[in-house]
Amino acid sequence: MGNLLTIRDLSLEAGPRTDPKRILDRFDLDLDRGEVLGLVGESGAGKSSAGLAAMGFTRDGVRIAGGRIEFDGTDLARASQSALRRLHGRRIAYVAQSAAASFNPAHRLIDQFAEGPVLHGTADTATAHEDARALYRQMQLPNPDEIGFRYPHEVSGGQLQRAMTAMAMACRPDLIIFDEPTTALDVTTQIEVLGAMRDITERYGTAAIYITHDLAVVSQMADRITVMRHGREIETAPTPRILESPQEDYTRSLWAVRSIRKPDATGAAEPILTLEATSAHYRSFRALDGIDFTLARGRTTAVVGESGSGKSTLAKVIAGLMAPSEGRVLWNGAPLAGDHGKRTRAQLRDIQMIYQMADTALNPRHTVRETLDRPVSLFTNLKGKARRARVRELMELIELDPDEFLDRRIPELSGGQKQRIGIARALAAEPKFIICDEITSALDQIVAEGILKLLIRLQQELGLTYMFITHDLATVEAIADEVMVMKNGKIVESGPRARIFEAPQEPYTKRLLASVPQMDAGWLDRARRDAAEAKSAEAPA
Amino acid sequence: MTLLRTAPPTAIFGMLVLAATLLTGIFAPLVAPYGETEIVGAEYLPWSAEYPLGTDNLGRDMLSRMIYGARNTVGLALLTTGIAFGLGAALGMFAALKGGWVDQILSRAIDVVMAVPPLILALMLLAIIGPSIPNMVGVIAVIYLAPVYRLSRAAAMNVVSLDFVDAAKLRGEGTLWLLRREILPNISSTLVAEAGLRFCFVFLFIAALSFLGIGIQPPTADWGSMVKENATLITFGDVTPLIPAGAIALLTVSINFIADWMLHRASGLKS
Repeated sequence: MGNLLTIRDLSLEAGPRTDPKRILDRFDLDLDRGEVLGLVGESGAGKSSAGLAAMGFTRDGVRIAGGRIEFDGTDLARASQSALRRLHGRRIAYVAQSAAASFNPAHRLIDQFAEGPVLHGTADTATAHEDARALYRQMQLPNPDEIGFRYPHEVSGGQLQRAMTAMAMACRPDLIIFDEPTTALDVTTQIEVLGAMRDITERYGTAAIYITHDLAVVSQMADRITVMRHGREIETAPTPRILESPQEDYTRSLWAVRSIRKPDATGAAEPILTLEATSAHYRSFRALDGIDFTLARGRTTAVVGESGSGKSTLAKVIAGLMAPSEGRVLWNGAPLAGDHGKRTRAQLRDIQMIYQMADTALNPRHTVRETLDRPVSLFTNLKGKARRARVRELMELIELDPDEFLDRRIPELSGGQKQRIGIARALAAEPKFIICDEITSALDQIVAEGILKLLIRLQQELGLTYMFITHDLATVEAIADEVMVMKNGKIVESGPRARIFEAPQEPYTKRLLASVPQMDAGWLDRARRDAAEAKSAEAPA
Repeated sequence: MTLLRTAPPTAIFGMLVLAATLLTGIFAPLVAPYGETEIVGAEYLPWSAEYPLGTDNLGRDMLSRMIYGARNTVGLALLTTGIAFGLGAALGMFAALKGGWVDQILSRAIDVVMAVPPLILALMLLAIIGPSIPNMVGVIAVIYLAPVYRLSRAAAMNVVSLDFVDAAKLRGEGTLWLLRREILPNISSTLVAEAGLRFCFVFLFIAALSFLGIGIQPPTADWGSMVKENATLITFGDVTPLIPAGAIALLTVSINFIADWMLHRASGLKS
């Protein structure tokens, strides 16, 4: 029994009452005052629902089918709306994944901060403003006295997430729910935010439920970790124990992507794609700044960098969606037109792209068959029976059953299945080179592992060349032969995977590598110290 | 069929009224007891077994004219809405896809049409080219093309920015394929819902023009001009002139019920 929060036998249901879908299935949770509990699982595991239920809140269309949620003696599952309103914000606070979407863009940060304390009567506006400045300082926000008077769009994502945490602390709640608060942030920003969050919960002895799909992140924050799947608890244990000796297979499999290693490429590398002093502009903004590089046939080059580093622009320039403003792109030694409309059919066919969001990369109004049949008919001479056979063959290549999936519409597929169809669509053209733009970042670890293994296998079978754009260094380690680090539209450093990971030369690369969350509990402290040092080393450059 | 089963009662009511109106219009000569312009008795006869809704200002049977009016008014409104939607949606999607100066020229031209109040623009254009049915259809179609263009352009803008359109472009797909296969299916539910609404406006617009005397010309029966022709009866406390007005109102409400349901489904699909 937790002395702050006890959840027993909690079941949540959605959908029609006659045929309900179980979101949480007899879920138990205990939390003591001042304790931080991590909730880990894939998307759809019910961890966000469990976090919201700890506030006595359910999403629209979801209902509590049974069980108790006891918060400091009150059963939230049966509490009235007005009773819940008195608790929310004052004793239980919530920090959402996207701070940008959670702040009202029309009001200043500090006014939104003051709303809660004033409403709950814990402070008047002047006291609340003073407190806001103190909390902003404790959250290590730059210009704490002034930043509250900005509007949400005037501060960066990492700062906004910290401002949101400060806002959650406004009434000094007993419990804070953090729902994937750093998932949308770059790794280097993530460190600062995680550190600030941990400091402030420790300082005020606030209990927290930290929801994430990243075990490494949660291991820095939580005293205990609960692993969830399909709305059930799989395993709960103190953090050191779950890291060192997980009891369940599922817990171990959450680590899977970090264990893939592509065999090292052998043989001489002949160039397939070359960029010469290529720059690209969005109006006057220089998104790519004099890029020079050569990609080798049959190899995987990972392009790494934070958001805004120009890696997606690079993909657009190569694909022909954006014309370079300077320099040129050579494909097999011949220059490529900047505009896709001026490229030959053979060039369009050779260079294919797989997109980050499979949801928007596939037309939701088409069936799987239509999606795959069209590129086959455009890029190959196959007709009738042979074409239908080719479509089935593509489905087998991506390990989906043709009979089951060919006539489904895109929205009827899961995220991982959609991404596989995205891969099949690229393969349908029989390309030589595929640009993979953050293709696993929207997927769960286990699904991502399947996709990466598939890509490695396809490369070995079909001799494909990949350019793999990602911000996730675990993926880079798994799949890359060559690594290219980008920042502000320039290449900072490039070289073979082993050299970049083992002996990075540039301070920025070192900082990026050090920012990748590690499993051991002391990583966050070390990384924060290193980041501070690395930043000061970068500054003069 | 599953679609119909999930329809709310209001939408079912709307569809029943619309179906009844369409059937009456199509089979008007079979249903109507008298001819459209046939003078059957004295003027302004009261309701009787012989003339269920009495006779109008020229002694024509009211009920028969109501039935033929369904054919003329609703038929023309459908035709006009069809033209406005076909052209407006195509141009809107085209502008969204091409962007740049194509979009600028089309959008500014549409702005000019929208800047003039529709009724005044229609009166002016019809005064120039003369009031005939084809002219009226053309003029109203041009006026209603503008909002359809803006809607389809805005809806298509959201779709054009999605990756699957890029993917189709990188396959080397032509403009027609992009418009018809990639964009149109994704904005069609919005367009259909809007079409229901616009149909009402067009319908009322035709009725208004007829009331003003430059729409459907006598002796052709249409609901709008029937209100005008028999308006004097109202001063004698007779409700007969309100029947065509009531028919217009009923059909408008019915179509709005259907449009609401479509809009609801369209927004449901997005979430």
